[in-house]
Amino acid sequence: MSSILTCNNLSKSFGNKQALKNINLNIERGRIIGLLGPNGSGKSTFIKLCNDLLKPTSGELQIMGNIPGVETKKVVSYLPEQTYLNDWMKVSEMVQMFQDFYQDFNREKAYDMLKRLNISPTERLKTLSKGTKEKVQLILVMSREAQLYLLDEPIGGVDPAARDYILDTILGNYQENATIIISTHLISDIEKILDDIIFLKDGQVVLTKSVDEIRDENGKSVDSLFREVFKC
Amino acid sequence: MAWDLKSDRPIYSQLIEQIEIKICSGIYAPGSKLPSVRELAQEAAVNPNTMQKALSILEEDGLLYTNRTSGRFITEDTKMIQQAKQKLAQEQISEFLEKMKSLGLNKTETLSIITTMLEEAKK
Repeated sequence: MSSILTCNNLSKSFGNKQALKNINLNIERGRIIGLLGPNGSGKSTFIKLCNDLLKPTSGELQIMGNIPGVETKKVVSYLPEQTYLNDWMKVSEMVQMFQDFYQDFNREKAYDMLKRLNISPTERLKTLSKGTKEKVQLILVMSREAQLYLLDEPIGGVDPAARDYILDTILGNYQENATIIISTHLISDIEKILDDIIFLKDGQVVLTKSVDEIRDENGKSVDSLFREVFKC
Repeated sequence: MAWDLKSDRPIYSQLIEQIEIKICSGIYAPGSKLPSVRELAQEAAVNPNTMQKALSILEEDGLLYTNRTSGRFITEDTKMIQQAKQKLAQEQISEFLEKMKSLGLNKTETLSIITTMLEEAKK
């Protein structure tokens, strides 16, 4: 299968601090990938590099053969760790804004998901709880028919029941040739839906493997392996 | 029946096992159509690729077959289903026998407990 994202010796430093060191990755189409690592391991830095929010210090990152920029933003749907939605806007206005911005946005899908989660489109964002805002944002991101989804901590702020719904949403909306990268530390909640995992530690990739391989070889879940690898 | 997946074994092999159970118990009747990969994956809350892998293995084993135009079906070969049932039962029993062994019970003792319990269950 063709690769959708490649990194060659990708490094990123902030002053003296090296956030990512010589990352080499080849991510294929049609996979759901967990980007896992403790706090400060470089997960968000990596995702920001993919979205052109940061520039590499050295090395190279390409998405479908392009360096992150206008072309890649057309095909990459990004859920940032912090919400960037305007508080004064209504949910329906946000949907409209996404529709204006992205050619691949599917409005029906968005309204359908809002309805299933009982979120009223006429509500203003500032009246919504933190968790509900996160849901709205995820709905907007998953309503795009993108090639690559980059989800930075998609389930951090929501309750376990909504978490299940969100995972269901992710599974239900994903097309076979698209790839989803999910960064999180809530491993046990998502490991059932992952194909592969990438472990990041101090800015370096320490392990890339499929979930079934890990369970086969170690006789334990990704969650337990994580606790072992990153034991404090 | 809900999908019950443990965290310490490969997911695809657990999916295979659970689908086998559903076939053996008749929840999926012989010759009936299986839901789509996507539906099954969503029902079990697993990755569609993993479900696909499980189904292909079941297909190789002969419990499922694909009709190119209309989807995946359960085999109509009841003998084969019977064999699968036998295999599942044997697996369960050998696991059970291992446990009895670790309790320090020999074959005769194990058998006598089973017989007594079966007798009592009849009453």
